[in-house]
Amino acid sequence: MTNFANPTRRGLLMAGGAGLLTAALPGYVGAQAAPIKIGFQLHRTGIGASYGRWYERTAQAALKLINEGGGINGRPVEILFEDDATDPKRGSEVVDKLTQSDGCDVVMGTLFSHVVIGSAPRAGELKVPYLVCSEGYHVASGMLNRWTLQPGITDVRSQISSMAPWVSGNLGKKVTMIFPDFAFGHDHRDFFTAAMAAQGGEVIAQIAIPPTETSFTRYFPQIPAETEVLYHVMVGPAVLTFVKELGEFYGSGAKPQIFGFIDSLEAVDTATPGLEFLEGTHFWEAHNRVKPADAGEHEGHYREAVGVDDNGASISDAADVATYSHMFSTWETLFAIKAGMEAAGYAGPADRQKFVEAMEAMTDLPYGIERPQGAKVFNGKTHQVFGTQNISQVQGGKLVRVHSTKLEDGLYPDAVDYTTMSF
Amino acid sequence: MAFGPFLLLALMEGLVTSAVLALAAAGLSLVFGVMRVVNVAHGAFFMLGAVLAWAVATFVPGPPAVAFIAALAIAPLAVAALAAAADGLILKRLDYDPEATIVATIGLLYMIEQAALSLYGPNANPVQAPFEWRIQLPWFGYSGYKLFVVLAAALVLLALWAFMTRTKAGLIMRATQVDRTTARAFGINVDRVYMGTFALGAGLAALAGVLIVPISQAHYLMGGDPLLLSFIVVIIGGLGSLRGTLIAALVIGLSDGVISMFFTPTLAKILATLLVAMVLVFRPQGLFGAKA
Repeated sequence: MTNFANPTRRGLLMAGGAGLLTAALPGYVGAQAAPIKIGFQLHRTGIGASYGRWYERTAQAALKLINEGGGINGRPVEILFEDDATDPKRGSEVVDKLTQSDGCDVVMGTLFSHVVIGSAPRAGELKVPYLVCSEGYHVASGMLNRWTLQPGITDVRSQISSMAPWVSGNLGKKVTMIFPDFAFGHDHRDFFTAAMAAQGGEVIAQIAIPPTETSFTRYFPQIPAETEVLYHVMVGPAVLTFVKELGEFYGSGAKPQIFGFIDSLEAVDTATPGLEFLEGTHFWEAHNRVKPADAGEHEGHYREAVGVDDNGASISDAADVATYSHMFSTWETLFAIKAGMEAAGYAGPADRQKFVEAMEAMTDLPYGIERPQGAKVFNGKTHQVFGTQNISQVQGGKLVRVHSTKLEDGLYPDAVDYTTMSF
Repeated sequence: MAFGPFLLLALMEGLVTSAVLALAAAGLSLVFGVMRVVNVAHGAFFMLGAVLAWAVATFVPGPPAVAFIAALAIAPLAVAALAAAADGLILKRLDYDPEATIVATIGLLYMIEQAALSLYGPNANPVQAPFEWRIQLPWFGYSGYKLFVVLAAALVLLALWAFMTRTKAGLIMRATQVDRTTARAFGINVDRVYMGTFALGAGLAALAGVLIVPISQAHYLMGGDPLLLSFIVVIIGGLGSLRGTLIAALVIGLSDGVISMFFTPTLAKILATLLVAMVLVFRPQGLFGAKA
């Protein structure tokens, strides 16, 4: 019998050795099956909250699908959601926390352009891949860094240049623009103005509204009477007030043609009382909220996975309308991460650079359950993906697709080659 | 748009701002006048009124008008009850010390906001207006409900004025405002007056919140702007002076409407803040306040 009170030297050594082995074993086994951690910078609160709610649901649905299919490189995947309050300062802290404290392999998911612009430099310093879902032209413009990529959604510049010909050809040549007064809105202002000029049209007034504004009627008298097309794009918790007040302002009187970005109406029911004036007006949609009759084969599966019905509202609550036209970007970004990591043979944070290089090597991204919004082409030099856009008309209170652009319509010359930059 | 209709729209918008502002600021002014408490949580009570209006409207069945009237009755009362409890549990125990109550109401502001975030969520939710009626002028349309807000606010302020000047309770409140020690010597239960005043002030803010919610949705951070503007109004009008509050609300609201429309909303805020600075430098007691 071993004497526990007076252990021998050999006994101690053996016990110690056994202890060391037991301690090391789970570490070794664990390294094989340790999950890949994806940090998600989420607009859970602040002006982007309605997007955040649906981005979390969409990402969870994609995660479930990825894990059911064996994860990434045979390893399970987990997502750590962290609220950035839709605030740039908090955003960079979130990138920091997700990377340094939580040990995430990559960070993804940011939508609002001011948060992206505020966070990307920190991601560059930490040398962590930062995959944004923001639409802003700041990625492809060369403003950010080699660690920031946008593989899940087309940028505003491309969206606009592909649709401007349709707007000038079908709605009118003299346009007044209403847009939020920050980076994202400025992209709209700059590129739509240029795109209209290229079509022989003209932007006759530009009305900038702070994204935190809660009252809008005061801005509408600035709309010139000779306006043929009113172009609106608005974000934030007050979007419903914005469209309602626009309706009150025009009332039953004469009004111009109205072309809006669906952002002005994301998470808002088109059949809300007070929005009747939108009947017959047009909207840009990346991904049609109301399921088109000729939707692709994966549309139904995607809707079911994210819990959205054919009208674009939550299956469990018809009043909970999705940010449907944007949220696919988190789904597609997650699948792009999977493809990039598998191409790079990603094993851990030491391979982050290999992961970015593998992403840069991507080109054709065909339609499939990984990309329910449609086929895309990724430009490795500008870190930006390009896809097709849709124009819908409100008919009987519902958004009905009336036009789709071609992928080539949205291409523009490269402004940067990130692959020549150092890591 | 021609100058005339442009000005008309600016004045109408300004009047709506003034009406809501006057209600909210009257509550703030009352609390300061009677209790000498600077209530930083005032904006939170405003927000709570709007959020509760949404809750009532969601759970009360029937047409929007019924739900809205229910909200108009229930939300301010519930917020007033909460304020009365806060007074008894917090402010009274601090003996209404001016500095301590500022810190305490800052704490209260955060607690209410975070509670709203946790229980109500981060989303902006709409409440349907009691009626959908639009005035169609030759140059533009205008929401009939907004004009109703102006009317309702005017009626409430009139009732408040009658209450303060024509009832015994109002007399007791004014007596406590002038001199709390003497009031106590005359047998007035000052503690109860304070609790009632704090509840009334919060109830007015909540009422303003209920009135505004069909125009701009209920959101947990919506109390910030009204708080700031209420302070601006109360400082310009003179803390504790209802008449001054009303006039300052009209000045700030209308100038905000006109300057926002002809120039930019940012300029309107800059000028309002500048006006506060000028008042503080040249007439610290406010335009209508008594010299301290």
